[in-house]
Amino acid sequence: MADSASTEAPTETATPEVATSTEIAPIVSTRRFAALSEFWGYFSKNLGALIGLVVFALLILIAIFAPFVAPHDPDNQFRDFLLAPPVWQGGTWQFVLGTDPLGRDMLSRLIFGSRFSLLIGLIVVTGALFSGVILGLLAGYFRGWVDVVIMRIMDVILAFPSLLLALVLVAILGPGLVNAMIAIAIVLQPHFARLTRASVMAEKNREYVVSARLAGAGAIRLMLLTILPNCLAPLIVQATLSFSNAILEAAALGFLGMGAQPPTPEWGTMLADARQYILRAPWVVTFPGLCILVTVLAINLIGDGLRDALDPKLKRS
Amino acid sequence: MLRFILNRLVLVIPTFIGISILSFGFIRLLPGDPVDVLSGEHSMSVQRHDELLHQFGLDRPIWQQYFEYLWRALNGDLGISLSNHHPVMQQFLQLFPATIELSICAMVIAIVLGVTLGMLAAARRDTWVDQLTMGGALVGYSMPIFWWGLLLIIVFAAGLHWFPVQGRMDLAIYFKPVTGFMLIDSLLSGQKGAFQSAVQHLVLPSVVLSTIPLAVIARQTRSAMLEVLNEDYVRTARAKGLREARVTAIHAFRNALIPVVTTIGLQVGTLLAGAVLTETIFSWPGIGKWMIDAIGHRDYTVVQGGLLMIAIVVMVVNLIVDLLYAFINPRIRVQ
Repeated sequence: MADSASTEAPTETATPEVATSTEIAPIVSTRRFAALSEFWGYFSKNLGALIGLVVFALLILIAIFAPFVAPHDPDNQFRDFLLAPPVWQGGTWQFVLGTDPLGRDMLSRLIFGSRFSLLIGLIVVTGALFSGVILGLLAGYFRGWVDVVIMRIMDVILAFPSLLLALVLVAILGPGLVNAMIAIAIVLQPHFARLTRASVMAEKNREYVVSARLAGAGAIRLMLLTILPNCLAPLIVQATLSFSNAILEAAALGFLGMGAQPPTPEWGTMLADARQYILRAPWVVTFPGLCILVTVLAINLIGDGLRDALDPKLKRS
Repeated sequence: MLRFILNRLVLVIPTFIGISILSFGFIRLLPGDPVDVLSGEHSMSVQRHDELLHQFGLDRPIWQQYFEYLWRALNGDLGISLSNHHPVMQQFLQLFPATIELSICAMVIAIVLGVTLGMLAAARRDTWVDQLTMGGALVGYSMPIFWWGLLLIIVFAAGLHWFPVQGRMDLAIYFKPVTGFMLIDSLLSGQKGAFQSAVQHLVLPSVVLSTIPLAVIARQTRSAMLEVLNEDYVRTARAKGLREARVTAIHAFRNALIPVVTTIGLQVGTLLAGAVLTETIFSWPGIGKWMIDAIGHRDYTVVQGGLLMIAIVVMVVNLIVDLLYAFINPRIRVQ
């Protein structure tokens, strides 16, 4: 797809000079469709990626329809059922996966927890992608001191272990889900900046960019409309990987008491709350972690599939 | 080679300055008055406030404060802990061996198993061996390690009683630390059962900490091997009639090493971040747990000092990996 995208770019950018947009539009859209179906062809051959996609879609549906799917209110405390075991360990069908130390239904809390994890991933990746791409574009396009300043700052961020830096940022901002997301986005964005910068530098002197510049395109147009669309493939893969990273790191922060605060049914926070009961009631620890693992695994499977489908080098081999 | 080393060293300077600015700025970025933060005292009189302001040097221009901080840090003075009044540097040096010991054990597991499994998967490409290994690697890569640690505790510590739950040494055994590395110290002490206890305490935390690097190294080794196995010199080696094991282990593997070494180097940051979680779960007295406790107690001089030291460690390791990389791959040196 990256190949076909770069071949279509010159036609797109040179449009105003060469022909009217009405003539060229249908060709571009059929090419886009062809590129998309080619991509799907490669992606759907990967069984793991398809499984990941199905699981992820299911998770999204569960998150959206949580109030209808969950058997109980996630914060409702059933005082007569503290630490009730799951149904196959002698529990009742009322609480299929058992209850936590406060008598809240595990299944309902896990279902509502999916909302937090997916939302965390989405917001963090959007934030990191947006700021990282802009910084990378500026650094790669202008080079010189802009590049030096931006990239040195990125190097400094990357010099710290990500979780530790996120922890320190949360210590500055104060514990909480929103601050944890800001911290994780800051920690993840250098990857986007580096990738974008490298792609921009590779694309900048290609003929289609030069011709667009000669045709009078300004810096912003060149950066956003001419160059950026041709750098998308690695960014999409990185975004997927960051999505799963964001979920893991947010859960880790929650586990350390610096992320979402109780009684929020965030999976990492649930694990932290349940830690002291691991020997008496292993299910309060097992299920939240399993949910994190399944979600992250599904996204990573999709990421692997995307990388294989989008990487032209791997495709040919 | 010398020029390459010098170039690399020069590149380290701006990163170091950035790291020091960030760690210097940390206390000033915290909400609230820095005097309150640093003294831990509340509702003090104006006179006392001004006194402390002067004592901490916070009444001087900010650049002067920074250079003073930098100068003191370069001389090994990272301030005094707010909670126990010990020098931060001394605490760091005391706890660091525990983290190094754990990290080295984890890295050895990750490299030995990761490289072996990666090579195996590449040699048996597209068979069930490959699929099983790579499936396992992806699960490992996706693992929330704090949960993985708890699971291992449930099964191997609480259930089977094979390994202890926390700490570095059995409480019944005591000896004076010499090197700070339990494996070495326990041998030096000559006490019966000390070394065995040290090993037992190391197993679960090392396994947990090695999980993600192991998965990453296995995946990277496989793809590096697959790339190399298609090369002409591998075909030549096969055409000469060499045994397949020799072709894979010597001709292909040596050339696949370069990307693998880079990956291993990049895992050091992951390892230190993982140490924060692993040490917390297993109550391992290293710098990861020290940092978490310091954040919890609002011991901000410790957080500041620890942050600086950890970043320096990561920076130095990356530098060493870069140099090692040039040593393995002569093409890099020439560039």
